[in-house]
Amino acid sequence: MMNTLVGNLGHFMVILAFVSALVTALSYYYYTRSHELEKSSWRNFSRITFYIHALASISIAFCLFEIIYNHRFEYFYAYSHSSKGLPVHYMISSFWEGQEGAFILWIFWNVVLGLILIHTNKFWEGPVMVVFALVQAFLVSMIMGVVIGDLKIGSSPFMLLRDVSEAPIFQINPDFIPEDGTGLNPLLQNIWMVIHPPTLFLGYASTLVPFAFLMGGLVMKRYSEWVRPALPWAIFSAMILGMGIIMGAYWAYVTLNFGGYWNWDPVENAVYVPWLVMIAAIHTMITYKKSTTALKTSMVLVISSFILVLYATFLVRSGVLGDSSVHSFTDLGLSGQLLIYMLFFLVIAILLVGKEWKHIPTSDKEASVYSREFWVFIGATTLGLMAFQVIIPTSIPVYNAVIESFGGLSNLAPPADQIGFYTKFQLWFAVALALLTGIGQFFWWNKIDKKELKNSLVTPYIISMVFAALIITVGRVYDVSYIIIVLAGAFTIIANGTILLKLVQKKTFKLAGGSLAHIGLGMILIGIMFSSGYSDVISINMSGMTYKKDWEDDLNKENVLLWINKPLQMKEYEVIYRGRHKKVVGVPDYVKASKLESTDGINEAIALEPIQIGEKTYHQKGDTVNIVLDENSYFKVEYYQEDELKFILYPMSQPNPTMGLISSPDSKIHLTRDLYTHVSAINDYEDPEWKEDQFMDAGPGEQFFINDFVTEFEGAEVLNELEGYDLNEGDIAVKANLTIMDYDVEKKLSPIFLIRGNQVGKIPVIDSDLGIKIEVDNIVPEENKFVFKVNTYQKDYVVMKAAVKPMINVLWLGTIIMLIGFSVAIYRRFDEFHKMKLKGLE
Amino acid sequence: MKKGHIIGLGIIAVAIMIIVTSIGDASTYESFSTARQMAENGNDKSIHVVGELKKDDSGQIVGLDIDEEKTSFTFTMVDSDGMEQNVYYNEPVPADFIRSEQVVVIGSYKSKEIFVADKILMKCPSKYQETDVKTVSN
Repeated sequence: MMNTLVGNLGHFMVILAFVSALVTALSYYYYTRSHELEKSSWRNFSRITFYIHALASISIAFCLFEIIYNHRFEYFYAYSHSSKGLPVHYMISSFWEGQEGAFILWIFWNVVLGLILIHTNKFWEGPVMVVFALVQAFLVSMIMGVVIGDLKIGSSPFMLLRDVSEAPIFQINPDFIPEDGTGLNPLLQNIWMVIHPPTLFLGYASTLVPFAFLMGGLVMKRYSEWVRPALPWAIFSAMILGMGIIMGAYWAYVTLNFGGYWNWDPVENAVYVPWLVMIAAIHTMITYKKSTTALKTSMVLVISSFILVLYATFLVRSGVLGDSSVHSFTDLGLSGQLLIYMLFFLVIAILLVGKEWKHIPTSDKEASVYSREFWVFIGATTLGLMAFQVIIPTSIPVYNAVIESFGGLSNLAPPADQIGFYTKFQLWFAVALALLTGIGQFFWWNKIDKKELKNSLVTPYIISMVFAALIITVGRVYDVSYIIIVLAGAFTIIANGTILLKLVQKKTFKLAGGSLAHIGLGMILIGIMFSSGYSDVISINMSGMTYKKDWEDDLNKENVLLWINKPLQMKEYEVIYRGRHKKVVGVPDYVKASKLESTDGINEAIALEPIQIGEKTYHQKGDTVNIVLDENSYFKVEYYQEDELKFILYPMSQPNPTMGLISSPDSKIHLTRDLYTHVSAINDYEDPEWKEDQFMDAGPGEQFFINDFVTEFEGAEVLNELEGYDLNEGDIAVKANLTIMDYDVEKKLSPIFLIRGNQVGKIPVIDSDLGIKIEVDNIVPEENKFVFKVNTYQKDYVVMKAAVKPMINVLWLGTIIMLIGFSVAIYRRFDEFHKMKLKGLE
Repeated sequence: MKKGHIIGLGIIAVAIMIIVTSIGDASTYESFSTARQMAENGNDKSIHVVGELKKDDSGQIVGLDIDEEKTSFTFTMVDSDGMEQNVYYNEPVPADFIRSEQVVVIGSYKSKEIFVADKILMKCPSKYQETDVKTVSN
């Protein structure tokens, strides 16, 4: 049964949300302009309209989730982003896999932030909410799906499949509903993808708050007062964006197979740039609060970070990146709308700032080199330049699009080696930042002159030198640029650590946000240097077989071919591939795929053998078991050192019908280094092309070769009963017992030969690990010989890559410390704002 | 001269440096013939070439040659000018490679005969644009 009700409801809610957003904007505008006596009625009216908007927005999300949750595949969104086999937490990922869902998420966060602001601000409610409501109107318009003539406004997530698809089935039967959806991109079937997008979109949404306060401040001619309420939000925004970036990096590290956490992909850059600018804005805002300088700079930075988020959205979702990004989003025809959205706020912001520019207070006094303002300003400038350096080349596809729209032709392409290109700038900027934070923090907490500076820096300097020397010696860092990075990182850790210690001694821990965040930066720097600079691919192909071409000698083959059961030496490890495995619900370990036979049911299989882990039997033979995502295979790779099994890794791979082979790495996490393993290619053994028949005859006790495997025919036995068959009187069932040796593995295969009257039946056995199909073709009693028919196929293999990533935990730990620093700072700034509010000043 | 001016000039200098190196380091889209010319002139910069895999009349891909260890392969690519070229890639065959509608190879000529790709980007028929609905139901 086709259910159009929920879609119609959802679509209605979209329209309602759009209209109510516009009404809210208008009524809050009147509220800010209205006379004191009318204010409260305008405020109540505005609040009610915003509540309606909030309710409508939440209903949109609810309707879309209902469609996915109840598998309503008559809807395009559910059909193309989900499937019946998905567990609930991945249905949540399906929700925001599509762009429409992502916009809904964004709208939802803005609603939450808007509600918080209404209830925490007195003075600022009006102007801030005007900006909020306008942004909401633009965002909701992205999912409107209204067509007026040739003009299409937004792309609705509530489209029916029959209205989108051109499949002929809908002409025959318009009420056709597909049995199952096409599923969720397997790369997104990861727990980090459940929480990463909401975090990132909360980060996106929260950049609006400082921007809205600034706009309010300009309109209300409160040129400087907006900083106090905006500051905790700016820090919050930087923290959440930072968290989103880290989660994305961590997701890439554990799920994607490019072998790292950061790839300088345009989509990553698009979040990194606004984040840098937001960090710069925080610093100048704090400076302003301390010393009334850098107000104009703060304004420019706050506006930039908000606009850059919109620019990022435009880059990622307009299709302009085309083939220059791995995260390609399809063009939904929203580019024009996104551009208008961005330009609208850019123009308004420029006009407002331009109009008020000469009224904005500035400080004429020149900042001394020995003042904290000076150093913070240099730091903010460095951050700004970092952002600039990333955004310029990332925008290359945009320049091309612009040139082409004027009829020109441009063949400019993004840098061929993105990682090398960006790293050579960003690394040195980061080193400069690390040094600046070390020095800056001293100026911050102590008003000092030249002489005192020397005195107070000498101790941390010496300690950090010793500390760095220790890292360099223990970590064997002999590259000059890496040594400089370690020095800078060590210096910022020690210098900020000294400040932290002082603050803790004075029991003023709530002031410690800055030093904590900076310590995090130092650790991140050192972690990146080790894990990327000293990342060591150990799966170097040692077979010595080059491709007969001289230039190929300089190319290292970074993948190795592992045949099943065949040991291979990789640097200090000996590795053995042990076949495919599956995850079974309720079983704590992976289960060999050959023990399971898939059924027609979704994620369901029958156990062909009892499933045992240790002593405990989880399933009996013949039980129906539930598999955790049937498409996923886990490739068991054992790592040995000196003949001792050290650990086992299970990198995942999924041959996906629409996307090809999707692989996820598995890593052995040690305290000081990770061993990262991922599958690059697998044997397609689902539908093997058997080689031609081979016949071998052997008597009991004789040996022969199948596909180079030593095979022993141990003997035959007559069976009295045969599973799955009713043996009649006079039937003869003979089982031949064969043992196949493959390295250290002994396999017992038992094909069966059945005689009933003058008919024969042959029950073959297939071993997909070894790629063998064997059956008893005939029995020659006179010669006491069995004739075996053998077909072979490639034995199972896996091509994989393995790398050691040292000290990656220092990086993750650094990010956590940085986030804690942000949290402490938010608490402090919000507390400040709250106290002022209680005094009735805000 | 005030300190502010020096800093300002410094920022402008760095910004210009960034723009110049960005453009200098930017790669370009080329055809195989222009790429070969560049290589003959001693320019070994990595460039982008857009094209398709060579297919026979029945739509089968021809010229794909995977090495024995399955860790690298060569293939025949036809660029937008219709020129054919053997391309070598030092990685296992990406799984969606054969189905790709368009490939972008990033790399350079290592010898006259062969173009070596450092990276391959593929444009595959996106599942989101799929209009072909599976009509088979159990």
